[in-house]
Amino acid sequence: MSAGIEAYGAYIPIYRLSLDILAQVWGGSGRRGEKAIANWDEDSLTMAVEAGIDCLRGIDRETVDGLYLASTTLPYREKQSASIVAKALDLRRDVVTADIADSLRGGTVALRAALDAVKAGSARRLLVIASDCRVPHAHSPLEEQFGDGAAALLIGSSNIVAEIESNHTISSEFMDVWRREEDRHVQTWEERFIIERGYLAHIQEVALGLFQKSGLGPRDFTKAAFSAWDTRRYPEAAQRMGFDPKAQLQDSLLSSAGHTGTAQAMMILLAALEDSKPGDRIFFASYGDGADAFALRVTDRISGISERRGIKKHLASKIMLPNYGKYLHYRNLMEWQPIRDIPPYASLPVTWRDRQWIWSLRGLKCRKCGTIQVPVRRVCTWCQAKDEFDEVRLSDRRATLFSYSTDTLGAFNPDPPNILAVVDFEGGGRLLTTMTDREPDKIQAEMPVELTFRKISEYFQIKNYFWKCRPVRA
Amino acid sequence: MAESIRDKVAIIGAGCTRFGEMWDKSYEDLVVDACYEAFADAGVEPKDIQAGWVGLGTPLAQTGGAVSIPLKLDYKPFTRVENACGTGTEAMRNAAFAVAAKVYDLVLVVGMEKLKDTGAGFGAAFNLPVYHPVYEVGFSAPGFYALAATRYFRRYGLSPEQGKRTLAKISVKSHHNGARNPRAHLRLEVTEETVMRAPIVAWPLGLFDCCGVSDGAAAAVICTAEMAKSFRQDYVLIKGFGLSAGPGQGGIRTDYDYTCWTETEYAAREAYAQAGIKNPRRELSMLEVHDCFSIAELIAVESLGVCDKGKAPEDVAAGAWNQEGEIPVNLSGGLKSFGHPIGASGCREAFEIYKQLQGKAEEPSRQLKNPRMGLCHNQGGVPGKFYCTLAIFGLPE
Repeated sequence: MSAGIEAYGAYIPIYRLSLDILAQVWGGSGRRGEKAIANWDEDSLTMAVEAGIDCLRGIDRETVDGLYLASTTLPYREKQSASIVAKALDLRRDVVTADIADSLRGGTVALRAALDAVKAGSARRLLVIASDCRVPHAHSPLEEQFGDGAAALLIGSSNIVAEIESNHTISSEFMDVWRREEDRHVQTWEERFIIERGYLAHIQEVALGLFQKSGLGPRDFTKAAFSAWDTRRYPEAAQRMGFDPKAQLQDSLLSSAGHTGTAQAMMILLAALEDSKPGDRIFFASYGDGADAFALRVTDRISGISERRGIKKHLASKIMLPNYGKYLHYRNLMEWQPIRDIPPYASLPVTWRDRQWIWSLRGLKCRKCGTIQVPVRRVCTWCQAKDEFDEVRLSDRRATLFSYSTDTLGAFNPDPPNILAVVDFEGGGRLLTTMTDREPDKIQAEMPVELTFRKISEYFQIKNYFWKCRPVRA
Repeated sequence: MAESIRDKVAIIGAGCTRFGEMWDKSYEDLVVDACYEAFADAGVEPKDIQAGWVGLGTPLAQTGGAVSIPLKLDYKPFTRVENACGTGTEAMRNAAFAVAAKVYDLVLVVGMEKLKDTGAGFGAAFNLPVYHPVYEVGFSAPGFYALAATRYFRRYGLSPEQGKRTLAKISVKSHHNGARNPRAHLRLEVTEETVMRAPIVAWPLGLFDCCGVSDGAAAAVICTAEMAKSFRQDYVLIKGFGLSAGPGQGGIRTDYDYTCWTETEYAAREAYAQAGIKNPRRELSMLEVHDCFSIAELIAVESLGVCDKGKAPEDVAAGAWNQEGEIPVNLSGGLKSFGHPIGASGCREAFEIYKQLQGKAEEPSRQLKNPRMGLCHNQGGVPGKFYCTLAIFGLPE
């Protein structure tokens, strides 16, 4: 049975940090380009939800049989994130979920596992998401490189837009970048060693293995899309594998999104798919603790895939961070003055009881009067019917901003003011929430908004997540 | 058959501390000061008090002990009530019901709060229990009221400049009143331009659109109307109460548009029916309304039926709510200038109306000519989720 990609989606945070700003802060000439920076209320889990939403546009979520989540920066060291992402995506209860952590190659490890499950017939459709938000040391070479982002692939055996014809894997003990249990920032060794013996050698080795196995050669591929170490070594790797960097090499996204860790290779692949035509063949590989390589064949269905934001639209929709201070706040890189504020609060029983609307943003539709309401409670606010509700998912509905305020008090917000938002859903229902990813002077009542899953607070070492709204990303 | 509370219960004594940043007073000091002033005004001894109702909005203290402990009232029954910013009037209401039921003859009502020991301004550090880990997190009171202000401007076609200026006029008036009130917290006159230019807290609400965060306490001694004459001739009668607890419609119902205080409308219906009021604008001599923010007063006066919906800006422009205007609003300075120790405000409003009806306003220039009946309005919660308490006080017929 053939298997491949049925749909794809991506997420790139709206904020970008220009490398000029790093040069202003630390001196030096500053390379050209910018990198994507997750908002202060985002992490690799919330970005995974976003990429999943983008991937599942136009697809019945009930048909998804599982979710593999790859990342090196999941919010909990112990406690699966994939199960939370699955709940936020409102997937079925009987799905298989797994976190595939600790390796930049995790995305393609997940992809292989998904392909194997689909081919074996144990799943019809599996969602593979790779997401990363790696925090480099301040004033380190990696600070210029690391960006944040996520990519998702829906792997199945029907409606395939890109068939995966063959694949090859090598596993390697090679150590190049790492973090210990207690580290927040990535450590590396001398670049000349880790690039030469690591990146370039492994990518080349896995490509050769794939070519041998598939009988294909570099000239059989329309494009090559694979892990990019940096802007210089990416074309060099292409060349060593026998590709023509000018004609065949997909853009690395390094100067527009940065090196997005585990998500990087899949994001480059997505960008390639966005520009592909039926019949194109794509070489795809990812590096880290060895390497995975794949030969993909784009099918006729690629032209019929429904509208999604993917890489291109996400790249086009951006807000430049005005200074380094915002970045420090977003990544919480300094010790801040303690504030005497209303203490945030966490309660596992409350979060569990309200799981249908906290995680899945399901509202209630009254069976008597047909109105929709959140939060989920017992008695209808319109007709007072008791316990006569059906659940409806609101996270993917169009919505408008009924009223808002720019609140300079409220809870601590590293990016004040807090925007309070009264959100009315198309088809009924209203949610009181806050607005994120916004420029305060561009907000207007009645503007269209969409829901986005974000980190609200942290207390008792528990991260509280919920849905905020944001101006619709064009 | 339910009966109106009208003319059944009288206020025979009242006390009120100075409001403000009372660094040198504990909440016990404030309670003692307010209650002993009320005892002296009523001509009663603390031991004469049979029971008490205590209004305390924050979890500063718990139980009726908040008053029985500072007053050492010999194991008398004291009950603590809480309805957020509506707490003070709620204490008065429950105490009055006990008197009207003739369970007690002489009852103490106390509203109090100590906010300035918490190390933060409004909207923070009240140690209020957060009821949900994610829902409505990060919302402050001015943020909520601003939702209503921008919506009001939009609905009634006020430009941001026109809307903000209308609100500024309200604050200028309240500061003018408060500046002359010896017990007020913020005793300064401000100009419209000062209000307009003040730092924004939550657009369009700037610093001078927001009330003072204050410490303070106010108390009243009440008894049955029949007994009142034995204490004094110029007692004041309770004419009616209204209370409405909303279902939290603002966050749920798409038909709530944030331009009216629905709970106030319901509470007003009840209170006017009890007091026999048909035309509040003509029959009421003064309003003490809940003006934690300028927009709160603007909409409250409309929702009380004292002016038509959308017409408050015309009233404000015409000065109808000034001391010499058609219907004086917040002659005391309001929460805006007098200050807003949450649980104390309702009792403080009652204090102002009691003194005005007696003709005993502390600063003579503040005294209204022949007032007959006054209304105090408190609302706890936030727009779309209010608990509104109303009390109407009047002179004997």
